[in-house]
Amino acid sequence: MPSSHDWINKPLGVVEAMFAQSNSNPEWEAKVLEYFKGQLKEKESHSWVPSLNDVPLHYLKPNSLVKFRCLVQDMFDPEFYMGVYETVDPSTKVLRCGKYKDVTECGVDLNSRNTVTAERQTFYCVPIPGESPWAKEISFLSAARVVPSTSYVPSRQKRSYEEDDDMDTQPQKTKWSLTELQSSSPHGNGDSKRQETEAPSSQTTAPSDCSSHLDLNFPLPGERGPACLVKVYEGLDSFKLNDTLEIYGILSVNPVLTVIVYPYRDPSLLLLNPTESMETPEEQRAHDPPASLVPRLHMLYARPLQHNNPLLPSAPTEDQSAFVSSFLVEMASVRAELLAYLTHVLLGDGLAAEYLLLHLISNVYTRRDVLPLGKFTLNLSGCPLNSYTERLYQIVQQLVPCSYRLSMSLHTMNSMRLVPKKDYVANRLVSGALQLARNTSLFLDETQLEQGQLDSSGVRNITALGNLISWQKVDYDFSYHQMEFPCNINVLVTSEGRSLLPSDCQVPLQPQVTPPNMEEYLTTIHMAQFTSQINKFRVYLSLARTLDYSISDEVTKAVEDDFVDMRKDDPQSVTAEDLHRMLVVARLLSLSLGQTTLSRDGWMRAKHIDMLRRSRTEQQKSLNGNEP
Amino acid sequence: MRQPIGRSENWQCGVRTTTPSMPPLTSTGLEVDMSSPLMYGTPSSRVEGTPRSGVGGTPARQRPDLGSIRKAPQVDLHSEPPSADGAVASEQALGQKLVIWGTDVNVGTCKEKFQRFLQRFIDPASNEDENAGLDLNEPLYMQKLEEISVVGEPVLNVNCSHVQSFDADLYRQLISYPQEVIPTFDMAVNELFFERFPDSILEHQIQVRPYNALKTRNMRSLNPEDIDQMITISGMVIRTSQLIPEMQEAFFQCQVCAFFTRVEVDRGRIAEPAVCRNCNTIHSLALIHNRSAFSDKQMIKVQESPDDMPAGQTPHTTIVYAHNDLVDKVQPGDRINITGIYRAVPMRENPRQSNVKSVYKTHIDVIHFRKTDEKRLHGLDEDSDQKLFTEERVQILKELASKPDVYDRLSSALAPSIYEHEDIKKGILLQLFGGTRKDFSQTGRGNFRAEVNILLCGDPGTSKSQLLQYVFNLVPRGQYTSGKGSSAVGLTAYVMKDPETKQLVLQTGALVLSDNGICCIDEFDKMSDSTRSVLHEVMEQQTLSIAKAGIICQLNARTSVLAAANPVESQWNPKKTTIENIQLPHTLLSRFDLIFLMLDPQDEAYDRRLAHHLVALYYQSEEQIEEEFLDMAVLKDYIAYARTYINPRLNEEASQALIEAYVDMRKIGSGRGMVSAYPRQLESLIRLAEAHAKVRFSDKVETIDVEEAKRLHREALKQSATDPRTGFVDISILTTGMSATARKRKEEVARALKKMIQSKGKTPAMKYQQLFDDLRGQSEAAITKDMFEEALRALADEDYLTVTGKTVRLL
Repeated sequence: MPSSHDWINKPLGVVEAMFAQSNSNPEWEAKVLEYFKGQLKEKESHSWVPSLNDVPLHYLKPNSLVKFRCLVQDMFDPEFYMGVYETVDPSTKVLRCGKYKDVTECGVDLNSRNTVTAERQTFYCVPIPGESPWAKEISFLSAARVVPSTSYVPSRQKRSYEEDDDMDTQPQKTKWSLTELQSSSPHGNGDSKRQETEAPSSQTTAPSDCSSHLDLNFPLPGERGPACLVKVYEGLDSFKLNDTLEIYGILSVNPVLTVIVYPYRDPSLLLLNPTESMETPEEQRAHDPPASLVPRLHMLYARPLQHNNPLLPSAPTEDQSAFVSSFLVEMASVRAELLAYLTHVLLGDGLAAEYLLLHLISNVYTRRDVLPLGKFTLNLSGCPLNSYTERLYQIVQQLVPCSYRLSMSLHTMNSMRLVPKKDYVANRLVSGALQLARNTSLFLDETQLEQGQLDSSGVRNITALGNLISWQKVDYDFSYHQMEFPCNINVLVTSEGRSLLPSDCQVPLQPQVTPPNMEEYLTTIHMAQFTSQINKFRVYLSLARTLDYSISDEVTKAVEDDFVDMRKDDPQSVTAEDLHRMLVVARLLSLSLGQTTLSRDGWMRAKHIDMLRRSRTEQQKSLNGNEP
Repeated sequence: MRQPIGRSENWQCGVRTTTPSMPPLTSTGLEVDMSSPLMYGTPSSRVEGTPRSGVGGTPARQRPDLGSIRKAPQVDLHSEPPSADGAVASEQALGQKLVIWGTDVNVGTCKEKFQRFLQRFIDPASNEDENAGLDLNEPLYMQKLEEISVVGEPVLNVNCSHVQSFDADLYRQLISYPQEVIPTFDMAVNELFFERFPDSILEHQIQVRPYNALKTRNMRSLNPEDIDQMITISGMVIRTSQLIPEMQEAFFQCQVCAFFTRVEVDRGRIAEPAVCRNCNTIHSLALIHNRSAFSDKQMIKVQESPDDMPAGQTPHTTIVYAHNDLVDKVQPGDRINITGIYRAVPMRENPRQSNVKSVYKTHIDVIHFRKTDEKRLHGLDEDSDQKLFTEERVQILKELASKPDVYDRLSSALAPSIYEHEDIKKGILLQLFGGTRKDFSQTGRGNFRAEVNILLCGDPGTSKSQLLQYVFNLVPRGQYTSGKGSSAVGLTAYVMKDPETKQLVLQTGALVLSDNGICCIDEFDKMSDSTRSVLHEVMEQQTLSIAKAGIICQLNARTSVLAAANPVESQWNPKKTTIENIQLPHTLLSRFDLIFLMLDPQDEAYDRRLAHHLVALYYQSEEQIEEEFLDMAVLKDYIAYARTYINPRLNEEASQALIEAYVDMRKIGSGRGMVSAYPRQLESLIRLAEAHAKVRFSDKVETIDVEEAKRLHREALKQSATDPRTGFVDISILTTGMSATARKRKEEVARALKKMIQSKGKTPAMKYQQLFDDLRGQSEAAITKDMFEEALRALADEDYLTVTGKTVRLL
């Protein structure tokens, strides 16, 4: 830990010093960025920067450097600000820099010819939706390991009791109780967070007449955490909606921002300056929420995140490749263990476990015209009722860094907003449950669906889900038109019979064991796993997804021959669709073993398990008879 | 009556009240020069009671769209900084060298140049609809002035591209200093107008409204450099505010002596006079609202149009202020081009705070609106939103067009991820280009359909939907709907009550939205009959008639339909005809130019190629694929260019070839006593041939085009209209829903049945079942119950018998 951390504690000082040196040579801006990038490149230095995700806002110093792991939920209109301005006081008439700040200091000489107008854009960012509690916790703990540069020291009392011991003393069993998992709130610093979000909101409801509860516009219901208005200065075009980013920026919580928010201070002014009355109260609330609730962050540096698994090195540097190659050796054995674990979870069904594993590492790796390649939507049919699916989700949640369970009951389908919609009154994109980060596991629980009437919004929701599965895209509703946003979401559908939604692959579950008490059974399975073991699984799943993959010419030939042969035997049963699926299965199967090229063997295996699965579905069909 | 023509710059109009309350200028500029032409048209120049003609007599109307121009004194560039007193004195002398402060605009030259432009500009190649009815070889704007004198609407719209081609320097000044230049233009045009038409009476003086400034086209590209410049952007109106009365001139009256004074509002502020000039009482003046002058103002929110946006980002919005008669000109949902001045206003200073937000509010003061979609409502247009192609791009496209295999190249570039089906892709390619639009409204026939409609039927899982998705993504005005989820209103249009204004609003559906584009309808067979019925009109007449809630109208829906249908029995039954397989009414089927079957060919060589294609899809890198196929963007531009600029016509040989082709088609059937082609087929052939000529960028339809059209048409027919019983192509399958052989057989059975009944002698009633058994026993061919029933029905039609329940009675 170096002695001087001015660049973290007083980044604006650094910026201003550079501005003063520059003599209005515009190159200083690039220099600032260069400097901070350089500082962050240093080993471990990025972990000194306190994270907005972990540390409650009121413990962070205003105008210090913070980082924020988030999803770009909405992009507001660009705004012009005073990049350089002159103070009005004639005695100290100096040029000042307005970049990375929300408010100007001292009076501004509006008529000065030295004023430089510059452009920036505001992004509305929320914490990554559906981030699993374990991912939050681990990143929180790793942040706490180094001494944070804030006054906030995460003390033990703040967290719940047993968890600490588990995490610190590694190879010990996770104490896993169902009650804990059901409450999906982060245990780590849950208490303090809750205080943070609830206290101010109760204040706002009481005195103010116009503001109802401030809607932070999280994509998923029941989410917590700080939302943030990020001011972006450079590379505006490189950011896209729904990008996951780690943003390093200067925190601004100036109370002035809040004062300006509420209109009607002086009604007489409104007549003459209509610009202000033009904004509806809704719009003001959405765009200028109180800084104490939604802090502003002036971006200095942003890193796109490939994944949000804290167990993996996030930066694509040398130590990542070292990490990967070291893990590759273990891959096959970890896979075997994970498979055994999943087999237990899926009541002894090895084939279903194999497919679930493939599903968990699937990823849309490219698009050909409109066709997304690599998606692998799995439909697990024949799931036992009585909250089995709920438990299954909890286990999936323990394995992947991001997930969401959508219980497809009639009520939720009719009432929930899945597709984001533009609210023109508040001029913002109202989020929906399908606005998710890449590689989020979406768990659709169709066992919850009962007979009844879907209303028009229910039909629209089902259509949206169907589109998501078939094309990996969501059509956002812009009222006058729709806009297509590509996405990359792993969809797992659990159902009793065949799902009403399309899927790439349907596996009927064939339980080998019928435990008398399902909850107890699953709890014991989970209890039997060491935390270190679970962590290995987590790393494995995230890593397998990122590997490169190719097919040699020779194997291509073999695959082609094989396909022709299969068609010769029975042209009805094997279609292009099947080849598509088998190619994906072969790819995922190879990757799951850590192989980056398809071998002939791998192809045969893929064919084999696909045949097993098909014979099983056919069996199911003849059993049920009337199923289409 | 005044005669103001020919005066110099310091000409002044109307009576001015002095403005002692003017805030002193902080900058180095001069005190406002009262005689400056910039003062032209300020509100105080309203003259009451003077005769209403001539420049002086016609009241000037304020231009709030240009903002306050008071702080724009003229300076002499060569003697900066000018001394305050010297400038006024030397004004006359300096004359021509004077420019408006902060600009390089000299009022005199500027005015002269603009008058010259108005008097001389001729645009023979003009095809704007505003210029309809004008003589293109005469000076355009002089004709427009004449129009103003007749119509009395004192607005002159000036196309900036005309100004640019006439005088680039003037154009640059107009773009850079609109606030100064436009009033000069106003002055110039009024002088010119009243010189020409001294007796005409106008409501107010003519205002110049420039449009089509080429500087900016996209909302996204607005940046701080555009502030206070004239810009044109396109976008869609999403919200309009109520009308706001904005004070232009405050009227103060002294409470003591009733002396009154007027104060102009400057940038939203009124400088309230503290002292009455008449009686010297301090703070005695009160604002009288009734006598203050207000102007109309409206806030409009405009959103970037979806075509302009990069993928993965949300659309930007901009606030626009409309003034005076531009208020309520646009409605939410309109697509418009806005020309206006881009403004940035600092957040208002708060005297109690030293720290202010360092953000500017931006908006556009609109000068001119131009709706881009309004033309859809009236008649013909040549693609309203003409896409601009750069020289290089056109060169690339032309080069591509000159290649002999361009047709094959383009068709293989279409949806490369979908394998083979070459003819189908070619068909869709021709659909994308479309035929030539012909107008026969003079002869009472109306428009001829130029759009090609295509139906794809085939086994599930033959990537029909994927093809549809691709086409939908390729064309700018594509709509994609699924037959299952769409209702008749969703496709056509519906009337809705606007919750805010309580106005009835016509909301257009997929077919109208895809006017000039392609409407892709998936799962065509799942569509309900009532929904399908609306397609009849669209697919032949290309219009949609609506009579709902007091709104009766006919909308254009010149859309091509690309539909996909699955066979009724999940698998295509080769033993049945197309109609039997997909169960669609033949009236609708005959409106499709091409009907393709997408079947699984079940052949080894095909399988191999398919496998190769699919595997390649999964392992080839992005670059490799791109090398093999044309870029989607090039294809897009190619199609857009051809659709806009190429209008092929039939040449002599081609017409002969078409006639022959048609006669041949008729001949095939006539030998067997059936009709194998109808005029609709001939029209289809013409459309296809024209589209093929467009692919070649050729202005003439030649024999090769007809050959290809014939081939494709035959291919499609071979697939869809082959009678499975005889193996012949029989167009009546599509036109009447039944093949000629099937009809013949039906007649035979009926005859046999009649004969049998007659042979039985006089039996007034028979048992249904027994009759059926008898007939079966008698006939050599197997007779199904369906056939028997059909025969009964045929006889019933002849009034020979009736069927009641299980008994058959003779009549």
